[in-house]
Amino acid sequence: MRSTALAPARTDERLTGLAGEPPGHRRYRRMRFIRRFEETLLRLFEEGALNGTTHACIGQEADAVAVTEHLAEGDHIFSNHRCHGHYLAHSGDALGLLAEIMGKEAGVCRGVGGSQHICAPGFKSNGVQGGIVPNAAGIALANQLAGNGAVSVVFIGDGTLGEGVVYETLNMAALWKLPLLVVCEDNRWAQSTPVAANLAGDMAARFAAFGVPVREVGSTDVEELSAIAGEEVGAVRAGRGPRVLLIHTYRLCHHSKSDDERPEQEIAERWLVEPLVVHGRRLDAADRARIDDEVETALAEVVATARALP
Amino acid sequence: MIFAKELGDTLRGALDGDRRVVLLGEDIADPYGGAFKVTRGLSTAFPQRVRTTPISEGAIAGISAGLALAGYRPIAEVMFGDFLTLMFDQVVNHITKYQAMYAGQATCPVIVRAATGGHRGYGPTHSQSLEKHFLGVPHLRVVAASLYHDPRVVFADFLGRDEPVLYVEHKLLYPQHLTLPVHGMVGDLIATSDCSPGMLPTIRLSAVPAAECAVSVLAYGYPALLAAKVVERLAMQEEIFAELVVPAQIAPMDWAPVLSSAAATGSVVTVEEGADGWSWGSEAASVLSRRLFGKLRRPVDVVASAPTVIPSSKTKEAAVLVGGAQIEAAIRRAC
Repeated sequence: MRSTALAPARTDERLTGLAGEPPGHRRYRRMRFIRRFEETLLRLFEEGALNGTTHACIGQEADAVAVTEHLAEGDHIFSNHRCHGHYLAHSGDALGLLAEIMGKEAGVCRGVGGSQHICAPGFKSNGVQGGIVPNAAGIALANQLAGNGAVSVVFIGDGTLGEGVVYETLNMAALWKLPLLVVCEDNRWAQSTPVAANLAGDMAARFAAFGVPVREVGSTDVEELSAIAGEEVGAVRAGRGPRVLLIHTYRLCHHSKSDDERPEQEIAERWLVEPLVVHGRRLDAADRARIDDEVETALAEVVATARALP
Repeated sequence: MIFAKELGDTLRGALDGDRRVVLLGEDIADPYGGAFKVTRGLSTAFPQRVRTTPISEGAIAGISAGLALAGYRPIAEVMFGDFLTLMFDQVVNHITKYQAMYAGQATCPVIVRAATGGHRGYGPTHSQSLEKHFLGVPHLRVVAASLYHDPRVVFADFLGRDEPVLYVEHKLLYPQHLTLPVHGMVGDLIATSDCSPGMLPTIRLSAVPAAECAVSVLAYGYPALLAAKVVERLAMQEEIFAELVVPAQIAPMDWAPVLSSAAATGSVVTVEEGADGWSWGSEAASVLSRRLFGKLRRPVDVVASAPTVIPSSKTKEAAVLVGGAQIEAAIRRAC
């Protein structure tokens, strides 16, 4: 992969997982990290410390954690406008991302890209809907030509299913049996428009029409998602062509900063089954509190460091 | 060899010499070998790296972008330049954005080849020269095929650099023979080649040295061929001397040879086949007015096609597209 990182990603075990920690703890910690990073961003926005906009993935953390834990060196993720969770699960680089969103020189793209345009080894994102899908397919074709067994993953949302180039790409990826995994996070809302007003027919059938196998799951359970994602990544890596992992989930926060007109009751119901609640039940209260504290302390250090950057 | 074969030979050389080169495009595989036969034989020789695609320009450009991000050297063929509109999002928001918006951490050197231009009676949606819509897209080089530039040199430059390029090939050049300068001459015209660092050569053609010419004619692609014929005829028959300036790269421009010619002649005509207004010639006029204000005898004259649809009918098409008559009239006005 042609990618020259500006500096190695700065990671912290308290955010990405302690050595020897049980997988269940590690998954909780990583989701908690993403959740608190996003909430911290929203607070910093209100405070006026950030420029531009941001699209938080609160409620969808399990998808990022579940998929990325099956990826290896050489694999590549292409993400979209709502990319923070994917990036943090992939790299653990909270400081690089926060500095980027703060517009600082130490940001992963020196403050040029901002929230939606991130590049690091094995990871890229872009803010225009749809176009990243053929880009990810091109990376998959490169991997296929090189015969390196690497997987190209692209994260899209239900709203992106309105873009024509997605279907052009599905067709070509299927014809050429590209090692591409499309992860479609159906969070039920495309900005302010509900999926019912956006999408005719059956979501899974859209992919199936190209002969692309679709694994469909309605879940916010990171354990369930991880098991499924592992199988899907494995099948793509085995050279059986492109696959789609269609996850029905929910975005608990507004689309970008403070633009939410959705029914309060609907959102309240989803808070009862969000990923941290679902998986958090599996942890002892003491373990959970300890992890929460560790994440909080580590993130506070990241924020303090980022604020002090030039 | 005709230009189509010279170009095919260039692509064969690129595939042969560099395993990173991949060709994508509609109907480019054998036995058809592309709508204009440029890629004939290549899919047989390189079946993995020469791939015919569905009719999906957005995905052709987008998959090319992914290949380029991953270190490959994709060359995408657009069957008719009119269909470039279908890849505009990829060009503007993806391919040309990546290197700069990722602070140099990635490069996306996609080469897009498009068969452009009219005079073939293909009508409103298969005859256009739409490159003006791509001029000025930041981080995009736009290069025009011409009979005075060896495509081998041009593609060696493309493949040696990490920048995306749009290469426009006027259809009427395909059956013509290359007329590269030999011993400083192209036919009866004196040929010189100017090139600023990092730019492709600009060819200057005239019957007499530039200082003795009354006007500079700035043209690219097929209209440059039309202009050369006019320049040659006016010189031989009427001793009206013009210097024709033919850049390969039309954006960003190497202005130095243009300024040098314009300063010598004091008068400039630009010629392009695209629709008049907001065009390559308009930009040239703007730059020349800034750089040579007070030094030209008259305003820059921009010759372009009528800003309307390109009719299918031969006579109606000829009335819309720039031809030799308009070029000749402009040169006479500008002397």
